[in-house]
Amino acid sequence: MAELTYREAVAAAIAQEMRRDHNVVFIGEDIAAAGGVFKTTVGLQEQFGPERVKDTPISEQAIIGAVMGAAMTGLRPIAEIMFSDFFAVCWDIIANQIAKTRYMSDGQCSFPLVIRTANGGGARFGAQHSQSVENWAMMVPGLKVVAPSTPADVKGLLAAAVRDEDPVLFFEQKSLYAIKGEVPDGEYVDKLGTARVLRHGSDVTIVALAAMVPKALKAAEQLQAEHHISATVVDVRSLVPLDTRTILAEVQKTGRLITVEENPRLCGWGAEVASIVAEELIWDLDGPIVRITTPHVPLPSADSLEDHVIPSIARIVDTIRQNID
Amino acid sequence: MSYSLSGNQLFFAIIQLYLGYRIRLLADLLPAVAEFSLENKVSVIKKAATKAAAKSAPVPVEATRLALYESMLEIRYLEKRAYDLFMQNLVKGTTHLAMGQEAVAAAFGKAMRADDYTFCTYRGHAHTLVRGVPMTRVLGELMGRECGLMRGKGGSMHLISVKHGVMGSYAIVGAHMPIAAGAAWSAQYRKSGQVAACFFGDGTTNIGAFHEALNLAVIWKLPVVYVCENNKYMEYTPIENVTAVKNPAADRASAYGLESILVDGNDVEVMFEVANAALDRARSGQGPSLIEAQTYRHSGHSRADPAKYRPEAEVKEWLSRDPIPMYRDRLMQAGIDEARLKSIETAVLRAVDEATETAKQSPPPPLSIAETDVWADGGVAWRN
Repeated sequence: MAELTYREAVAAAIAQEMRRDHNVVFIGEDIAAAGGVFKTTVGLQEQFGPERVKDTPISEQAIIGAVMGAAMTGLRPIAEIMFSDFFAVCWDIIANQIAKTRYMSDGQCSFPLVIRTANGGGARFGAQHSQSVENWAMMVPGLKVVAPSTPADVKGLLAAAVRDEDPVLFFEQKSLYAIKGEVPDGEYVDKLGTARVLRHGSDVTIVALAAMVPKALKAAEQLQAEHHISATVVDVRSLVPLDTRTILAEVQKTGRLITVEENPRLCGWGAEVASIVAEELIWDLDGPIVRITTPHVPLPSADSLEDHVIPSIARIVDTIRQNID
Repeated sequence: MSYSLSGNQLFFAIIQLYLGYRIRLLADLLPAVAEFSLENKVSVIKKAATKAAAKSAPVPVEATRLALYESMLEIRYLEKRAYDLFMQNLVKGTTHLAMGQEAVAAAFGKAMRADDYTFCTYRGHAHTLVRGVPMTRVLGELMGRECGLMRGKGGSMHLISVKHGVMGSYAIVGAHMPIAAGAAWSAQYRKSGQVAACFFGDGTTNIGAFHEALNLAVIWKLPVVYVCENNKYMEYTPIENVTAVKNPAADRASAYGLESILVDGNDVEVMFEVANAALDRARSGQGPSLIEAQTYRHSGHSRADPAKYRPEAEVKEWLSRDPIPMYRDRLMQAGIDEARLKSIETAVLRAVDEATETAKQSPPPPLSIAETDVWADGGVAWRN
């Protein structure tokens, strides 16, 4: 085990996969010579050369189109879209072309590609560089959606995404880039479509994603210490495929579901989880399902305002305490 | 002072030598633009072709000429049949026919290598057919039958046949421009010698993806040939009413350091020559080309469009330049016996009739396939 930051784990995963498979190539804006604006890809071009690690112009449609065309003709490309907000300028090629062409072609071709992106708030960048848009991807049939919360998961899930035969949108939460964690040495590959239970409790099940996971864990510790409420914490990790088996099992044990989502309220991933639990587990619930989200507003820039709207540890604690009372 | 030829200068030189005057680069045409209407300008290109032929510029061998003729007929008869089947309510949804534009697809079909890639638009029956996809499978797809190319999961606007190199028909204008660049990048990376040919309409030249793709193709020197089929109308609107330049693709080429290539898209031999030149250039590592082929669709934009917005004189002029009778006349002038042409015509019509009957006999696809093949494992599961 080595201690890596979340951002170092990105480069470690890409390097691991590029060493293994010559068909893995990587493109994006400022990712090669500059090592990425978030320094997530430092050293890759030096290690693998300019043919495999390529800078692109600021042309998101060209980037996504290029990886689609490459994936359908034998390569396993990785693209970086610098901020997930920029998906809005290349969404046609992601949602209409990459996601649908395998189905429309009656299975004639596959799209083994990964689109990595920096997602979410906390950096005071304002409404167009801070969104959590996993739900944009989740609603389109044909896209797999992954959002890790730890450096180990970044390495293992990104490697799994590169090896997957389907298109994977890989959301790196930019507020987590600096966190450190133990990452397995050597070749390490995790499994897509698996949630992870990080804490076992008996009163309530908190289901969280990405940057909300460490907050949920801290909230659970406070609930235990200050209010004698025992919480399970599930890290969803993968929205598509969704590990409903783990989520349903953990909610059944406590009888309560709380989702913690960084996205604005409407149609967040927690709504789908809540709907599944309501349909399949309603008689096992001891109280209403509660979703903790950012209010349905664009993210403000000022630190005080941004901190106010994104779910905080205090808000998670208060909401759960009131719910159980 | 050292002297060297850039890639573009070299291409210019080669194309001039190879084609003589058969392809007019835009720079040569500029004086003519002031003097002639677009129709006349096309005539200028046509006269130039005749002049070059008179100078015994290379013409394709007879077998190639007959194959080009046959390919254009296959497209024409199949498109006519698609229209008839639509009127009989056997083809549902919509169709975008390419009658009148056959020369471009036919020429590229004969010039391309079997493992090259084709990317085309919703007006893509022609480009699919010329790569060797059986007519039954095209008509079957239009009719939503089990024998269809994608068993009804794609439809008229999404024909794809990977084993024929037909990497898709894209129904969102411009989307396939960068995707074709991606396939070319893959070929370049794998050193496979394959080329991607990407066909699009004049309307595509005003969408962002067109410009992003051309820029990327040039900076990465990709083996891709972009072919604009300028049929003068962006759906229902004259392209000149909504475009900053006169020749929507050719006039933009210089912005990407490419030669402006403007050709008579109704002359199948001109198209065949320019296709060969551009494919050779791409295959030999000299990078992309952008070709603007001037042509005209005989029908409306789609099945719902009677095309009443087009001036009668313009339609008449272009119908007189129908690529098929025009080529038939040339072949006869070259001494090819009319009986041989007639036998090709009869055989193609018979093939379309047979394909129609086979497709009609084919049942609808099994309902079970509606829930297959979202994922590479063949399934559609999004949860466990």
